[in-house]
Amino acid sequence: MSSNYPAFIIMVPFVSALLIFVIGWWNKKLSCGLVIAVLAAVFLLSIGIMKDVIANGTIRYWLGGWEPPWGIEYAVDYLNAFMLVIISFVSLVVTIYSKKSIEKEIPDKIVPFYSLYLLLITGLMGIVITGDLFNVFVFLEIAAISCYALIAVGRKGASYSSFKYIVMGTVGASFYLLGVGYIYLVTGSLNMLDVAELLPPLYDSKVVLTAGVFMLVGIGLKMAVYPLHAWAPGAYSDAPSAVSALIAPLMTKVAAYLMIRIFFTVFKPYFFVDVIPLASILTWIAAVSVIAGSIYAIAQSDLKKMLSYSVVAQIGYIALGIGLANKAGLTGAVLHILNEAFTKGCVFMVAGAIIYKTGSCNIVGFKDLYRKMPFTMSAFLIGAFSMVGIPPTCGFFSKLYLIIGSIDAKQWIFVAVLLTSSILNVIYFFRVIKIAAFEDVIPDYSRTTPYITYRLDEVPLSMLIPILVMAAGILVCGIFSPEIINTVIQHIIPASF
Amino acid sequence: MDFIIAKYNYWIYIILMMIGLYGMIAKNNLAKKVVGMTLFQTSIILFFISTSVKSGGATVPIVMGDPHLHGHVIPGTVHAIQYLNPLPHVLMLTAIVVMVATFGIAVALLMRIYKRYGTLEGDEIVEIRKQETAS
Repeated sequence: MSSNYPAFIIMVPFVSALLIFVIGWWNKKLSCGLVIAVLAAVFLLSIGIMKDVIANGTIRYWLGGWEPPWGIEYAVDYLNAFMLVIISFVSLVVTIYSKKSIEKEIPDKIVPFYSLYLLLITGLMGIVITGDLFNVFVFLEIAAISCYALIAVGRKGASYSSFKYIVMGTVGASFYLLGVGYIYLVTGSLNMLDVAELLPPLYDSKVVLTAGVFMLVGIGLKMAVYPLHAWAPGAYSDAPSAVSALIAPLMTKVAAYLMIRIFFTVFKPYFFVDVIPLASILTWIAAVSVIAGSIYAIAQSDLKKMLSYSVVAQIGYIALGIGLANKAGLTGAVLHILNEAFTKGCVFMVAGAIIYKTGSCNIVGFKDLYRKMPFTMSAFLIGAFSMVGIPPTCGFFSKLYLIIGSIDAKQWIFVAVLLTSSILNVIYFFRVIKIAAFEDVIPDYSRTTPYITYRLDEVPLSMLIPILVMAAGILVCGIFSPEIINTVIQHIIPASF
Repeated sequence: MDFIIAKYNYWIYIILMMIGLYGMIAKNNLAKKVVGMTLFQTSIILFFISTSVKSGGATVPIVMGDPHLHGHVIPGTVHAIQYLNPLPHVLMLTAIVVMVATFGIAVALLMRIYKRYGTLEGDEIVEIRKQETAS
């Protein structure tokens, strides 16, 4: 039974995505409950896989018993298992949150919404678990296509944002596919581990170099690093709140996982560092991404839009850590994927909660929110602290490792970039906090009562608890980050570092 | 010249791909962007399929067995040189499905965009969106 977990973890959400129509036709209200049950099961499965990986090392599961390189193989090592746990946990928490939020935003499309939602999660899981280059493309498109549709049901103008995402996302996936094609041409194999063994003698070949560049650009588009980011802010800010809270923490990070996989498993690390200097190009792009994303974020007056640009900036951190290609840098990048999953999940859920209560998320209208929604806004504060990098939140540790990695690589300019971006984060996050907490109405001297009284006006518990869980997650991941690094992340670092 | 003629399939794929890319970048009309996107994907399918071709009379991988042996094949009589590589075709079957699904979603979105803005010209939509955020 437990040896078949890798198949179950994909098939359970996939089959349920179709089952939801049957259940929803019978009773609309049950669909959300079914999704929660399914994702809870998926979360338990992913924990089971994680335990198995820690106990027995890499799992190599042959789908249908066909051995690689002919069949599709699910290869689960520490990085895959780690990402599976993150994806299943975040999606479970967001689903609990989504119930009330979706009932308010799109009450008439609940059943198809949850069906697409599960397909999206299936796609994300599939990208992470599969060990086959072409299979990655298929899951990439399953996730992307369901994501386009989910974005399009969002607030006014979402269809245009989604259209932009379709065009750019398709180009990204197509470039990735081209890269896979080139690799297939020279090696005759699509299995990642098999390709990794066949490629090194061919590193001089121009075909392999082109494949590497195509894959970098394709995954870069999906990751939304700076010059390729144009789709991200619109798509993340116009989607329904529950969808933004799901895709902002996961979509780009799964692409970041794919980049780590391609850089360090399919190609050997020295290919991107010495054979063609793509790694150093990536670090510079990432540095621009960090600064530009933060500056764009400062210019926004809409909270969701601001957070979306912050996603672009934060993905820059991860790309920087990957591009540094040393031990501390990659540790920082992987830890930052975890941190981003919690932090972005937390702040996007807060933005959704504010929309739920006030109907808009323009920062100017946030006056007195701390008095009305103290718990939600406290969670936002923790998220902001993590984004800025204040200990003991997880953001501090991932940034610390990234800075150590930059110092190890003797790239002092990246140290400066990372520290500057912290200051820029302070500017745009604390502006929100300032308006929400300290901006006072003009004192009314003719008042008769001594103080203005505020009524507690919080979101429903089923929305509040997921937000608080995420906020607690940020702190827990920060406090236990040495344990996480020792048990999981240190095994992800390639041996050659 | 030989360089171009000998690898003409790759040149066609590159030209098609560039036309698609040009359509997506330079055309203002969103429907034309979708056409460009489809061309772009089609060119990749052409690339994959053309890589499976072999010279020297290779055909589809349907192995005709010996009728005296009830259709069984004598081991060692079928060689890879006799048939085309079937794998790229199979991969592209999946890619075509993906392409159709993407195209479907794109057209559905075009309908929604047209309903909402009354136009499919990119610059006009951007103008309307600007006015919306200003008001």
